[in-house]
Amino acid sequence: MITYIIRRLFAAVVLLFIVSAVTFAIFYLVPRLAGATPETLATRYVGRAATPETVSLIAHKLGFYDPIWVQYGRWIKGIFVGADYNLGASVDHCPAPCFGYSFITREPVWPDLVDRLPVTLSLAVGASILWAVFGVSIGAVSALRRGSLLDRTAMGFSLAGVSLPIFFTGMIGLLVFSYTLKWTAVGGSYTPFTQNPADWFYSLLLPWIVLALQFSAQYARLTRAGMLETMGEDYIRTARAKGLPERAVTTRHGLRAALTPILTIFGLDVGLLLGGAVLTETVFSLPGLGKYAIDAITNNDLPKVLGVTLMAAFFVIIANLIVDLLYAVVDPRVRLG
Amino acid sequence: MIRKSRVLVAGTAVLALALTAACGGNDDSNGNETTTKAEFNAALTKVFNPSDKKGGTIRMANAGDWDTLDPGETYYGYSWDFLRLYGRSLVMFKPAPGKGSNELVPDLAESLGTPSDGGKTWTYKIRKGVKYEDGTEVKAADVKYAVLRSTDKETFPNGPAYFEAFLNLPDGYKGPYKSKGMNTDQAISTPDDYTIVFHLKQAFGGFDYMAQLSQTVPVPEAKDTGAKYKEHVISSGPYMFDQNNLGKNFSLKRNPNWDASTDPNRKALPDRYEVALNVNADDIDNRLISGDLDVDVVGTGVQPAALGRVVGDPALKAQTDNPVLARLWYTSINPTVAPLDNIECRKAVLYAEDRTGYQTAYGGPLAGGDIATTLLPPAIPGYQKFDLYPAGPDNKGDLAKAKEALTKCGQPNGFATNMAYRAERPKEKATAEALQQSLARVGIKLTLKPYPQGDYFSAYAGNPPFVVKNKLGLLTNGWGADWNDGFGFLSQMVDSRVIRETGGSSNTSVRIPEVDTMLDQAIVETDADKRNAMWGAIDKRVMEEAVIMPGIDAKSLMIRPKNLTNVFISEAYGMYDYLSLGVA
Amino acid sequence: MASDAFLEVRDLRISFPTDDGLVRSVDGLTFTLERGKTLGIVGESGSGKSVTSLGILGLHNRRNAEVSGEIWLDGQELVGASPDTVRGLRGNKMAMIFQDPLSSMHPYYTVGAQIVEAYRVHNRVSKQVARKHAIDMLGRVGIPQPDRRVDDYPHQFSGGMRQRAMIAMALVNDPELLIADEPTTALDVTVQAQILDLMHSLQEEFDSALIIITHDLGVVAELSDDVLVMYGGKCVEYGPATTIFEQPEHPYTWGLLGSMPRMDRPNLDRLSPIPGLPPSMINLPSGCAFHPRCAYEPRTGGLATTLTPELVPAAGGRHLVRCHLPAQERRRIWTDEVKPELEA
Repeated sequence: MITYIIRRLFAAVVLLFIVSAVTFAIFYLVPRLAGATPETLATRYVGRAATPETVSLIAHKLGFYDPIWVQYGRWIKGIFVGADYNLGASVDHCPAPCFGYSFITREPVWPDLVDRLPVTLSLAVGASILWAVFGVSIGAVSALRRGSLLDRTAMGFSLAGVSLPIFFTGMIGLLVFSYTLKWTAVGGSYTPFTQNPADWFYSLLLPWIVLALQFSAQYARLTRAGMLETMGEDYIRTARAKGLPERAVTTRHGLRAALTPILTIFGLDVGLLLGGAVLTETVFSLPGLGKYAIDAITNNDLPKVLGVTLMAAFFVIIANLIVDLLYAVVDPRVRLG
Repeated sequence: MIRKSRVLVAGTAVLALALTAACGGNDDSNGNETTTKAEFNAALTKVFNPSDKKGGTIRMANAGDWDTLDPGETYYGYSWDFLRLYGRSLVMFKPAPGKGSNELVPDLAESLGTPSDGGKTWTYKIRKGVKYEDGTEVKAADVKYAVLRSTDKETFPNGPAYFEAFLNLPDGYKGPYKSKGMNTDQAISTPDDYTIVFHLKQAFGGFDYMAQLSQTVPVPEAKDTGAKYKEHVISSGPYMFDQNNLGKNFSLKRNPNWDASTDPNRKALPDRYEVALNVNADDIDNRLISGDLDVDVVGTGVQPAALGRVVGDPALKAQTDNPVLARLWYTSINPTVAPLDNIECRKAVLYAEDRTGYQTAYGGPLAGGDIATTLLPPAIPGYQKFDLYPAGPDNKGDLAKAKEALTKCGQPNGFATNMAYRAERPKEKATAEALQQSLARVGIKLTLKPYPQGDYFSAYAGNPPFVVKNKLGLLTNGWGADWNDGFGFLSQMVDSRVIRETGGSSNTSVRIPEVDTMLDQAIVETDADKRNAMWGAIDKRVMEEAVIMPGIDAKSLMIRPKNLTNVFISEAYGMYDYLSLGVA
Repeated sequence: MASDAFLEVRDLRISFPTDDGLVRSVDGLTFTLERGKTLGIVGESGSGKSVTSLGILGLHNRRNAEVSGEIWLDGQELVGASPDTVRGLRGNKMAMIFQDPLSSMHPYYTVGAQIVEAYRVHNRVSKQVARKHAIDMLGRVGIPQPDRRVDDYPHQFSGGMRQRAMIAMALVNDPELLIADEPTTALDVTVQAQILDLMHSLQEEFDSALIIITHDLGVVAELSDDVLVMYGGKCVEYGPATTIFEQPEHPYTWGLLGSMPRMDRPNLDRLSPIPGLPPSMINLPSGCAFHPRCAYEPRTGGLATTLTPELVPAAGGRHLVRCHLPAQERRRIWTDEVKPELEA
């Protein structure tokens, strides 16, 4: 088991390198292949009507004249040993892990990531609890009362939930609950938990619900399908043959088995969300990793994009690992080694 | 200084005229007119809800990040508008509604600049007793230091580059960080603590406009941290930074060391300003409408999502203002691409254009703008109304004239050329499609070529060899002045010397030696009236060559703060004046 | 009318309405079974034998099955009883062993936990007590080192071990009626014999009534006192095992005997399966459901294709058969044509 985890972690590191190299290539190599020069790349990071001197100065400062592998190597080196950045009035040292300096804001990326992670974490954890509880219970009840009014209503709603994009439900939610009814916080009012837990809860309530709505719908459908399948299994008949009450049959035997594949998806979904719930964070103006990523991409701010991509990849990889380990715990047939 | 000599009428379209009557009609506003009636355009030329009540918090939001709070580098109109809360430049635009805002008034300086040596030397006297937030007095050396540091483009690459272009800096000077100790008195001298003298390489008649740039906001050298200074700018204005979370939000509180007696321009009514950054743009509109937010600080107007709602609801529309901005959306007609090297073919394009199509593409007369027939927008002093290529009574083009021009050009059946636009901009795409349709009426066949906006000027449409090679006869373009004056507006747009073979310039089509000469003459003219007349002449001369198709003078529809007082549009910034707002 | 027999099934009918019509899975089944006795229900898949057993235990889908008739277990009627009453008997007074022990045991719980659960549903005892009981049961069904294997998961058991565990689970509450549905089908031949031996000895030990459901007459031959042959949801032949094996009167039973692999007949290539396929339950053949596959159908003079035969007494006491062939003719065919062929 331990060797398995070590091996997986090692593979994760390799994977992170690959992800970083690919992201790097997309932002550097692809424009180069399309004919961009160091100067044209640098033009994005200077002001309007900048002189050619300024452009070449910045191209030089951002290292665009170096071969791409030198640039990549410098960035990798920064992660392990840190990097220095000339602020003009002084030289700033960015200690390891230094994910580089933003081209636009000219701030080191790592503190930004550390700063924004709690926002995304709060959003993802709160929403995932909501959707796990509601999605799974609605799905299970739907499956047991298949064809009933309740089932059809729930599945109708969940179809809507799956189909309606978050920027739609989010805006409607804000309009109705925040601006009209004034029940929930308006967008952009995120308060850190450490600052005021009550405000934190209040500011995240609507984002949680909106994000959970989408996932609940998906999980309800998954749970329902999984329950319908497991309730037809032979071991369910065995459980009934033992004389178990129906409630024990459905929960202890049916739901338990139906939840295993859902656990996998749940882990991956939470992992993905930790990399940034882009739409939700955008709609509600939450300063999380997703908003950070979208702003970075919009601004062509490569170091930020690299940093947040790696962070997201890290969470997905770790989530995968945790899911695999959990799977072994949940399903005794799975042996890790 | 800048005075209006003639009545300005905005726009030519009847529809546009009706909608903007308030804008152009009240030409000698002195900033004293007030109103309390909440109606469409109420704050355009009058002060809406005047009040002297102090206290309260103004809540602002920005859909993106602030470019930078550093006065030496920030390069957005809204930022300059806002920066006056925490920084005092030598000169400033007068905080007054409408046209009044185009007037320059002294701020840190006691009076406007005194030119000598034919406009090559400009002297300012600095007010005594102006203090930073830490209580130390602002000295002339601080202004000098602030300007010099802004010329270090390796540290501040995004800032305006006027000072290094005009100041007589020593050869090889790289700013105060790298060229520490180098004598720079040949560029800026400070004979005493309250006098600062700028020495230019060449005469520049409108230097006061440069002196109003935020780059003259004093920076105490001891507190300067270079690129990190934006994290804590030392205030010289009525407000200082309270919290500053980069990329998320910041807030201003009162600067206890600000002395109103040194500052005739600022009311400083609210106690606090709170600004949220990276807020969802549609959400900003909703919050403005509901009153949960006071100001969309970027000041570019409502998003398309809210536009219909606002326009369709009379109560909401009465809560909006619709200023014309000093920004022209236009199309360059490149004489380097045959057969557009023939002026008649270029004229044919201008005659065949359906101007209403251009306007519709940009969102119509409210959110898009007024149809333009000149380069200079009406907001720019020197603007003269003329229309060299009348488009008929319905503004849909004069096809007979267009055909006539085509015949003269030797292309009686029309010709084919390409049109570039920025792929990410739906309005430019719509513009190109509208032109494609209207030009097809006379046989001019356009093939549309989208290019990524990030490299649009550096690698594609602004790269002369690329333009020729790919036969980009037309390309969508746009220009806004750094400040409302002919130089600020025209110099980058029509000076052929800004065109670089390596690309990067947004002027791609204007290569008229005579215009270059006219520009040089206007730049050195220190008499504002004469100078303004010369800008108008340049405008006409460029239009005669038919190398630019003026599209529309941009307008924006802004939601007026519900809970604020002293609300008015500053024409100088094309948005609400942030200096005078108070909380009701 | 109450029944004196330990188990009496009277005119049991179980049908499922479907979009294509009513499926009569069990159509008028009647039989009795006493304590300590074994009944073998034999038939091909789809003949209704499994539905019968599920029906007795009340495990049929209550939402879409229609059940009529009577089931008397030790003086208690089950068809009309409340689901809760039947549940209380299930796993307790009557228990079931299923065909595929791998899919029939929950993969996520240890064998011990599943036996403990079965015990504690009907007995208010602590987990420790139940666990001791489970280990005891595992030992009794012949699982070596039961105190260790009790914590294994089903997938860690071999096929035969799993079936033993399954039996242990079924017997944990000393059921008086045990139903085994194809208990050996999923096992290889040597293990089959062991399991059958085990069931037989356990039945004697517990003195329970046993119903073995199988398609394999060979299994029945070893254990059963009575045999009931089902075809198309109906009983086609019913009688003491010896009679059924010595004097079978239904052509279908003959076919089953012909396709029976027998230890004493190693030349399996001479197995002769019944021609044709089991009938579709949605669209049963008219008349005698077996007639399309019956070699002797022409000898009924067309009766078999039109008229459904009644279950009538055959020769030799409790022997019932459902066939249009005249009684004399049946006996003659068996003695002169079929039996010599089988013994050849």
